[in-house]
Amino acid sequence: MLSPAEIREQQAWRRMGLRDEEYERIVEILGRDPNYTELGMYAVLWSEHCAYKHTRPLFKLFPTEGEHVLQGPGENAGILDIGDGLGVVFKVESHNHPSAVEPYQGAATGVGGILRDIFTMGARPIAVLDSLRFGELSEPRQRYLFGGVVSGISGYGNCVGVPTVGGEVYFDPSYSGNCLVNVMAVGLVETKHIATARASGVGNPVMVVGSTTGRDGIHGASFASAELSEENEEKRPNVQVGDPFTEKLLIEACLEAIRSGDVVGIQDMGAAGVTSSAAEMATRAGNGIELDIALIPRREEGMTSYEIMLSESQERMLVVPQAGKEEAVREIFARWGLHAVTVGRVTDDGMLRVLENGRVVAEVPARSLSTDGAPTYQPEARPPADLAERQALDLSDLPEPEDYGEMLKALLDSPTLASKEWVYTQYDYQVQTNTVVGPGSDAAVLQVKGTKKGLALTIDGNGRYGYLDPWTGGAAAVCEAARNLVVSGAKPLGVTDGLNFGNPERPEVYWQIKEAIRGIAAACRALGIPVTGGNASLYNETNGEAIHPTPIIGMVGLLPDVAKRCPSTFSRAGQAILLLGETKEELGGSEYLWLRRRTVAGRAPEIDLAREKALLETVASAIERGLIQAAHDVSEGGLLVAVAEMCFGAEVGCGIMVDPPGRLDTYLFSESQGRVLVAVEPEDAPAVAAIADERGVPWTLLGATGGGTLRVMRAGEETAPVVNERVTELKRIWREAIPRRLEGRDRA
Amino acid sequence: MRVGVIVFPGSNCDADVQWAVEQVGGRAEFVWHQATSLAGFDAVILPGGFSYGDYLRCGAIARFSPIMGEVARFAGEGRPVLGICNGFQILTEAGLLPGVLRRNAGLKFLCRPVHLRVENADTAWTRGLQRGQVLRLPIAHGEGNYYADPEELAELERRGQVVFRYVTNPNGSVNNIAGVCNREGNVVGMMPHPERAVTALLGGEDGRRILGAVLSGEGVRAC
Repeated sequence: MLSPAEIREQQAWRRMGLRDEEYERIVEILGRDPNYTELGMYAVLWSEHCAYKHTRPLFKLFPTEGEHVLQGPGENAGILDIGDGLGVVFKVESHNHPSAVEPYQGAATGVGGILRDIFTMGARPIAVLDSLRFGELSEPRQRYLFGGVVSGISGYGNCVGVPTVGGEVYFDPSYSGNCLVNVMAVGLVETKHIATARASGVGNPVMVVGSTTGRDGIHGASFASAELSEENEEKRPNVQVGDPFTEKLLIEACLEAIRSGDVVGIQDMGAAGVTSSAAEMATRAGNGIELDIALIPRREEGMTSYEIMLSESQERMLVVPQAGKEEAVREIFARWGLHAVTVGRVTDDGMLRVLENGRVVAEVPARSLSTDGAPTYQPEARPPADLAERQALDLSDLPEPEDYGEMLKALLDSPTLASKEWVYTQYDYQVQTNTVVGPGSDAAVLQVKGTKKGLALTIDGNGRYGYLDPWTGGAAAVCEAARNLVVSGAKPLGVTDGLNFGNPERPEVYWQIKEAIRGIAAACRALGIPVTGGNASLYNETNGEAIHPTPIIGMVGLLPDVAKRCPSTFSRAGQAILLLGETKEELGGSEYLWLRRRTVAGRAPEIDLAREKALLETVASAIERGLIQAAHDVSEGGLLVAVAEMCFGAEVGCGIMVDPPGRLDTYLFSESQGRVLVAVEPEDAPAVAAIADERGVPWTLLGATGGGTLRVMRAGEETAPVVNERVTELKRIWREAIPRRLEGRDRA
Repeated sequence: MRVGVIVFPGSNCDADVQWAVEQVGGRAEFVWHQATSLAGFDAVILPGGFSYGDYLRCGAIARFSPIMGEVARFAGEGRPVLGICNGFQILTEAGLLPGVLRRNAGLKFLCRPVHLRVENADTAWTRGLQRGQVLRLPIAHGEGNYYADPEELAELERRGQVVFRYVTNPNGSVNNIAGVCNREGNVVGMMPHPERAVTALLGGEDGRRILGAVLSGEGVRAC
């Protein structure tokens, strides 16, 4: 380890990702030069990943209060009150960079980390959802990353016994060098057993519990806060290694310890391990922590104080029990075969003091390490110079497809739109016996045992809209998530946001971040859905190429009676199909345009928040009154793909009649927002139309279910359908799209 | 009727089995793997999960848990023992059931509903079913590929120890085997999860008759 003088001489902070002015700020805080361990501690906790240096000033735009909010941003996860003495705890987190380097462990530890954020609140994790982005499957490396990430989520989630109930996967070249792995975890807590991450009570002991500490993952958080480059492979040792078996034991032991009432505060050791957990717990309580690292159980010999303080070994927690209860806590962990060792105590001086065999090796004000103490930046923000060019789209040289049936097949064969069965059959989506609606629907629905209630869960985002207009990308993600919950019969209660962007030091990227956050905030306010927490992952770039700005929205909704959930597919023939909402000539950013032109261009589909709200109220009211047999959000791929998806569930066909004012392709494949398809009994159609009329929501009677084919007729040309395809054949193409690419087969 | 649900470190369907037994009118209690007595229990279920992380061969460590001696004794007395998924793997490792479970032929974990045909309706756990009846139950496993060598397999078939067969083989199991029993028929192991199919809300009720079989009819609602 370098001496303070050598640190200065070599400007060693730069290698750790700190700026010169940040180093000077540390010197000012300490009143002296930091030693190597202290410098490392600041470097990790002041990384973008831990400190949200660029995004924190923008978070104040989010609405964070609401009647259901028990815990807003600031703790490890948000909590929503669902009545009956229960709370839903949920949060999303990214593990993009580790997954880009080592997909299996990167994704696996992403699941492990977000689960710890949930059970550290005292909640039993009940569900995981994942939002994934890769480059195109034609590239061998993307197939490797995709397969590895899915296996990692499967390997970890299945073993810990938490069902992976939903998610989304998109494929676009913008993610080729920097895949995205965002994982949302959801837990259920008895509100009387909510735990906090505070080191309260001066003199209380501080314990390290769970796994041993090794050299894995040192500087993982710093690695996550820099752009990826050709030297990725060298960063492989920065990736942590997951042990889901230990995590499963840790869940049981922590929940037992929290319920015992002997635990004052508990916090998981995520990024920056001991350093972050100790600094955050002390800061939240306004206290200090003193600990001796010689007491921390290790898996490797000869570790320096620097390595111990920065290790990101997984499956560890910091626990503050009541004084005198150490033995009781130790016994609980011992029964589960886990360490629980007292390593220090809570102090009143606000310092994080690190000893090694009694000798001070680091001593810094705890608050200065925490997010409160880290610097914030609001650099210049400027729209990209080519924005107008991106948003220009001239359809005059794009002829309509000659064969609409073939066009529909091409869309269903697109991996982004195709069935994700290959992914979700690798996840145990049923363990815990709560899964009423599993993956593959608009939202997952879980029963809440002991009540009649249900929870609806979804995660959504569209990077192409973000690329064309980041405000719309943010707002559209909120609106789509809300639609997905509402069509399932749930009332949206709260949001966790996953912000994935490039290097914020570039003005056009910072502009994207600001716009996307403004968009999310505006949509959340308009729809009355608070944000209770989230995650920001910046520097998602490789060799100077940023990903599409990709805000992801995880949303939780409540069904008062889970038996009244609404399915997303047709159940039988003879039902009327209505489209609620307006279809505009909006091919910008559509999958159709991508397939025809391999371009992301045009204006992102327009978001009208007032109309969106009216639409959601219409659907909710109609479902509530029992008028809806099936409801499905119209999103990527457009109207015809959504109709096809509704046919696939029970393999029930349908016929729809269209009469577009302009081009047929824009009508069928536009990705206009604010639309929902519903199937109703014919006699209920007038009542549904009346509800829509009351709220000023346009509606169209499209056709009826029945037959084994999907038929599209132009008005006045009923005898010559423009699409007439067997549902089973369309479904086969849709199901085969991903597996056939992984196995190198052509479309049969 | 009291059912003991053995909890190994890493079991994760323990609470599900307890809940499902209650749904069919029974009472289930957890038995920690370090316990050494099954006194007072009328039946025992080894639930699914990843005992000891399944880092070694599935079930290979769990079979050494202190409770397993008692499970063997309990089984030896002819009392009902059911192993589901990881529980099935543990019973084969413990020698209480024939055969082994290997990695799925597709080398991937597989979670989805499957159809099973009942081959033997005379075991302790299948008495409520009819031979030839087809059930729909979920599977969720990475290592459910049943194997027995040709001689043992012929013997199993001859003695009617094949309890369930997949209608469409999802994992490469020999003779499409989804579940087997011991010669006496009181110990049954199966890869599919009956505890996940006990209410219509969760997508089916075909698991009720299996979990309810040992409850001697009392409190078992008709499917």
